[in-house]
Amino acid sequence: MAPRCPRLAGLVLLLLLFAAHVSAGAGLGAPNNDTHADGEETPNHRNHSSVHRKPFPVLSFNYENVRRPFEISLWILLALLMKLGFHIIPRVSNVVPESCLLIFVGLLVGGVIKAIRETAPFLDTKLFFLYLLPPIILDAGYFLPIRPFMENLGTILVFAVVGTLWNAFFIGGVMYGVCRLEGAQLAGVDLLSCLLFGAIVSAVDPVAVLAVFEEIHINELLHILVFGESLLNDAVTVVLYHLFEEFSHVGVVTVADALLGVLCFFVVSCGGILVGAIYGILGAFTSRFTSHSRVIEPLFVFLYSYMAYLSAEVFHLSGIMSLIACGVVMRPYVEANISHKSYTTIKYFLKMWSSVSETLIFIFLGVSTVAGPHAWNWTFVVVTVVLCLVSRVLGVVGLTLVINKFRIVKLSKKDQFIVAYGGLRGAIAFSLGFLLTDNRMKHLFLTAIITVIFFTVFVQGMTIRPLVELLEVKKKKESDGSFNEEIHTQFLDHLLTGIEGVCGHYGHHHWKDKLSRFNKAYVKKWLIAGERSTEPQLLSFYNKMEMKQALMMVESGGAAFRPPLIAANVEPKGPSRRRTNVSRNREKEIRKMLHANMQKNRQRLRSYSRHDLMIDPFEDDNVSEVRFRKQRVEMERRMSHYLTVPAKPPEIPSVRRVAFEPEHRVYTYDDGDRDPAPRSDPSSPDGITLLNESRRRSDPGEEEQLMVLRRLSDPGPK
Amino acid sequence: MGASQARPEQNQYQDLARKTGFSLEQIKNLHKRFRQLSRNEETISRGNLDSVAALANNPIKKQIIEAFFDKRNQRRDEVGSEEEIGFEQFLMVMSHFRPPTLKTTEEEREAMREEKLRFLFNMHDTDSDGTITLAEYRKVVEELLSKSGTMGQEAAKAIADAAMLEVASTNVPHMAPDDFYEGITFEHFQQILKGLEMESRMHIRFLDVDTTTMRCGKSNS
Repeated sequence: MAPRCPRLAGLVLLLLLFAAHVSAGAGLGAPNNDTHADGEETPNHRNHSSVHRKPFPVLSFNYENVRRPFEISLWILLALLMKLGFHIIPRVSNVVPESCLLIFVGLLVGGVIKAIRETAPFLDTKLFFLYLLPPIILDAGYFLPIRPFMENLGTILVFAVVGTLWNAFFIGGVMYGVCRLEGAQLAGVDLLSCLLFGAIVSAVDPVAVLAVFEEIHINELLHILVFGESLLNDAVTVVLYHLFEEFSHVGVVTVADALLGVLCFFVVSCGGILVGAIYGILGAFTSRFTSHSRVIEPLFVFLYSYMAYLSAEVFHLSGIMSLIACGVVMRPYVEANISHKSYTTIKYFLKMWSSVSETLIFIFLGVSTVAGPHAWNWTFVVVTVVLCLVSRVLGVVGLTLVINKFRIVKLSKKDQFIVAYGGLRGAIAFSLGFLLTDNRMKHLFLTAIITVIFFTVFVQGMTIRPLVELLEVKKKKESDGSFNEEIHTQFLDHLLTGIEGVCGHYGHHHWKDKLSRFNKAYVKKWLIAGERSTEPQLLSFYNKMEMKQALMMVESGGAAFRPPLIAANVEPKGPSRRRTNVSRNREKEIRKMLHANMQKNRQRLRSYSRHDLMIDPFEDDNVSEVRFRKQRVEMERRMSHYLTVPAKPPEIPSVRRVAFEPEHRVYTYDDGDRDPAPRSDPSSPDGITLLNESRRRSDPGEEEQLMVLRRLSDPGPK
Repeated sequence: MGASQARPEQNQYQDLARKTGFSLEQIKNLHKRFRQLSRNEETISRGNLDSVAALANNPIKKQIIEAFFDKRNQRRDEVGSEEEIGFEQFLMVMSHFRPPTLKTTEEEREAMREEKLRFLFNMHDTDSDGTITLAEYRKVVEELLSKSGTMGQEAAKAIADAAMLEVASTNVPHMAPDDFYEGITFEHFQQILKGLEMESRMHIRFLDVDTTTMRCGKSNS
């Protein structure tokens, strides 16, 4: 009974939503019909009431005032409820990626709207480029994994620039050849139009890639290759589009124009990045001073990024690259400056907006498909789809042959296949097509573009998951924020830089090292507030982990604790093994609790989905100041019996620091006795000295200071 | 360096190529570099490596230099350290940094990974007893943070302790009350760094083309 009910409820819900959606869509599509009539009514109404003594309207209905925002909100609400509904029906969502389902819903809604003869809303280009696309790109750019991106930048650029150019010209050229054929009835399509079409349909779309790839969890390298390519090809697309659009009116392209086009490409891409970087630095600099108004910190991030995007669009530079550059430049400095809550807010809002945008985009795509005027030409459409596939495969394979000569870790055949197969087209192609001037060719193009989009999203999107399983492509490894990995990543960096130095050539690592040192010496001082500017990365990582651990501990009721007893076992050998006046049973008990908690923490699955935030203790509502204090008092009471934590010495001024040492030494207590027997044995090895010096520091005089410094911590000796 | 000297060197290179896996071109370039570092002598000492300018800002400079003179990295099952090393030993150490190719099979990759992890392990295990104790690990983290100045000692201890804890809890999850985690053994080390895929990360680009002649005027870098 139980499993059936939610499913049934889900279906009913979906149907209801669907119906509501249709009516909302119909309303949105015909905004102008009633307003006019109503507009005339109201002034009359008011006049009348003063003359003809009408009874005072207790309850009146005035829909027109709120019509537009009401319908927009309803539309968004229903789209999201639809998305919710999919997850109640699990079987479908496992096979079909969400994007397909959303397009399908859009199709149905559009179909119904059309059936009742209303004009359906379509994916307005301005709406798309100015409101729907930026959140997705910002979300992607802000959380872009920098290390793999930079390591593979060469490969990504080659795929993005050369690959897209190849696609555009190949598709355009062959298309033109096909149009010349007698039987195709496409004589009206000239070369430039074909090239324009090629340019529009050749670009890999970041929205579609994100939507599909996030569900299949492939390894980082492939993900960043395809995704990075989809981001960076925007510059190429912008240039080609404008170039061909300009000249399709003139009809002829000279060599000078072509050269100008190349120049334009460099201007567009570098200009976009520059604009983004400037805004990014401004944002980072602003965040340095926000310590007194934490609440508006997230707004700065969003606004600076959006401004970067808009400013780039003003000059017809690449808005996407500008947005990415802004996010990437801003992030390390902003994160060092802002509070945890702001960080969480930013993360949440970005994920939320991008999720909404994505949903809306796909639904609109579906609706627009039904709505738009179509000109179906079998030859054109089929050839387009085939060409897209063929050119993609040829492009990837050909480029990989060249790229592999320069890569150290080569791309295997499996990798190439996934990169080729992951070249999905999406809403950007559609919107660009929509921008074309209205003529018969536009409808022809739009039909073909929509078909390609559908093909890639449905067919490729649905089959990529089983293919990934079949080919046994390496999946994303679930990493748990391991100290050892972090330490060794840093260690490796320095080691490889050093070995390169010994070998005598300035390689990749050398420049990375130089950049990092420049960053530390100059940039961080300007852009990061206070003491954090000199904090080494390992330390930031450590603090983050400690904070996380602390919160997890508090969250799980305070019963479990970082296993200090294991730590005690980790002490160096020798006379320092002072343990156990604590009874054996109690020790066993404690140890069981600790082990259990450690295991629990380790087993938390962290599969990454773009729309799920990582298991972030901060987001838990249980984690509030009041509850902290209560739990801390409780913990202190319990802990003071057998364990205690020496407080971290107050050298570190920043309030974000968690002030406790991880090495919770077991003091030799009897049950009732709270004072630790002083271990004054200066000649003994490490373990004891640590104990001593920490004890020494936390004398009562500094207690107050420590309390202020500690946001969340384990109880100190109280 | 005339043609008369080419023959015996060729044979020597072939031999080295077989042992270490480098190509002949790469060996030639590395030999040039070796001669540069050793000031045209047969062996290099720690002092020679110390004077490399690029290592000056490296926080783990000492460990890197030490690694060259560590007998354990010579794949001969010896322990201890040398005073001076010849070209073959230099090459042996460098061979730990070769990348995998498209043709490397799964087993070869596993072997490569183990070899590289072994190298790292030897770098940490300074007293050659087969385990990385807490003190040694602390030293590692301290060195890493050494160039950052500010709060080196305390923070390093804390970080190293946390890391050790992690190793202990992942590898020996059920420790009896009297158990004592002595130190990270090589198996544990392999286990915790499994996720990093060392064979794809720990490598540098060895040039097939000679760059020293391409850079005019920079003969002692």
